[in-house]
Amino acid sequence: MTATATARAQTSAPATSALRQRLGRAGTYVILIVYSLIAVFPVALILINSFKDKREVFSSPYSLPNPINMSGYETVFGRANVIRYFGNSLAVTLTTIILVLLFGAMAAYALSEYRFFGNRFLAIYFALGIMIPVRLGTVSLIRLMKTLNLHGTLGALILVYAAAGLPISIFILHSFMHDVPRELKDAARVDGASEYRILFQLVMPLVRPALATVAVFHMIPVWNDLWWPLVLASGESVRTITLGISWFVGQFKTDWSALLASLSLAMMPVLILYALFSRQLIRGLSEGAVKL
Amino acid sequence: MEQVAARRPRRFYILVFVLPAFILYSMFMAFPLLDSLRLSLYQEQAGGPDVFVGLANFERLFNDPVWSERFWNALRNNFVFFAVHMLVQNPIALLLAALLTTRGVRGVALFRTILFAPTTLSFVIIGFIWQLMLSPLWGILNNPAKTLGLPTPLLGQTQSALVTVSLVSVWQFVGLPMMLFSAALISISEELIDAARVDGATGWQTFWRVRFPLILPTVGIVGILTFVGNFNAFDLIYTMQGALAPPNFGTDILGTFFYRTTFGGGATQRPNPIMGTTIATIMFLIILTGVLIYLFGIQRRLVRAES
Repeated sequence: MTATATARAQTSAPATSALRQRLGRAGTYVILIVYSLIAVFPVALILINSFKDKREVFSSPYSLPNPINMSGYETVFGRANVIRYFGNSLAVTLTTIILVLLFGAMAAYALSEYRFFGNRFLAIYFALGIMIPVRLGTVSLIRLMKTLNLHGTLGALILVYAAAGLPISIFILHSFMHDVPRELKDAARVDGASEYRILFQLVMPLVRPALATVAVFHMIPVWNDLWWPLVLASGESVRTITLGISWFVGQFKTDWSALLASLSLAMMPVLILYALFSRQLIRGLSEGAVKL
Repeated sequence: MEQVAARRPRRFYILVFVLPAFILYSMFMAFPLLDSLRLSLYQEQAGGPDVFVGLANFERLFNDPVWSERFWNALRNNFVFFAVHMLVQNPIALLLAALLTTRGVRGVALFRTILFAPTTLSFVIIGFIWQLMLSPLWGILNNPAKTLGLPTPLLGQTQSALVTVSLVSVWQFVGLPMMLFSAALISISEELIDAARVDGATGWQTFWRVRFPLILPTVGIVGILTFVGNFNAFDLIYTMQGALAPPNFGTDILGTFFYRTTFGGGATQRPNPIMGTTIATIMFLIILTGVLIYLFGIQRRLVRAES
């Protein structure tokens, strides 16, 4: 208030600018809130309606479920092997991340630590893979997997995801490992530590945030991928949750409660994990992004 | 590689460090990509080895009416898909990032979490959610669209289907460029912005004259990532519309065309993996062109401007 009074006493310009600032601030919140609603609305609507019976879904889509109806969920659990699909997705995602972290860190360390013949060539060779999607090699990959007798197995998925994940991991880890002070490593060498020990017991723990970033980079795309399960491992026993959902949503085309329930089931674990770890996830993504 | 080991046997550990990644990457990424390019020059022969046919497959793709109509259609649609992302997704992402990094705005962490949430869900879920939202049966969005005089159902009309799926993709992915822009905006030093303020610049001016020029490299990265992602897209259209990309191939992009050609689609089209590799090669060349333009045109200029 005093500010406005003084402002008026002098000229009117600062007063308009204060008003403008306040309007600007209000506008900021309006835009953020409106866009947040746009982001949340479809997801929330599906979740809410998954607890209603079919009639209620159509008659009052916007009301809260009353009473809570679980028939959709019962249908889904009765008909589809949800637990197995989850297990498959978990196995594939975790194994991929471990392979990418281990092999990625080893290669990144070698490239950042030693000068050797072919170092530059290798760095470029790996970097090429960052931008080129492995999907374009699908036809040859399927032939290869058939030759190796891996077609239709979870192993095939893991190998493709790990191979495709290595370039960006090596790139991110390379720049983090480059920042580990040389004196630390040299001190360990003087103490007689082998190069393996230096990597696994000294450098790896020091770049733990970078490892977390790399893990975050791969977790979501691997878990959510549809293409490779569809073309490499679509059998019932190796189906991932993402492929499983797409398959049983097709089955339930007319059973809306089951349809909504299966979508909600697929979303919930991801959303819960995201709610718990969003801070770390977003920080990891931004840190990785800065390194790009 | 082996030469290195032979010449300097004492540095055997380098080989141990590099080899697993090298083998995995070469075998399951580099080889399939290159072999796929090679296959596009061949033709399958019943019961025998593939026959080398030079560029005949490309000739067919470009000129044979059976293929060319679908191909040019998918390519055109893909450019529309990309244009919608560049014109809608990236400006919205920039706006949200700018608002989130404005000093004194509260609840940034909460807003960021909410805005990024759709990006964490799979295409399959997103695709089906929006299929339901847009369904004329349920009417959640179909009825308002009808009231506004838009062609309904939005996914079923040639004029609206492609833009609608593009916008769903924008809805899902806006969080990613938003994060990239935010990360860049946060790293700008506070003093620079203060200096602009002291000089009497408004928030709008500060953004366009100080902050935006400083994040140009990120604008470039977002551009190329959007390009690569869009010309490799498939999943969302496949889940929302199916492999046939209706209406009348109105939502067909290179990814769905590639899938349908390789694995067959509908009752009429038999799988043709070799033509699949031909389409994949075209996609490869398009993406490579984009990446090269970025690396040698855009990035180099930006780096020079920065120094």
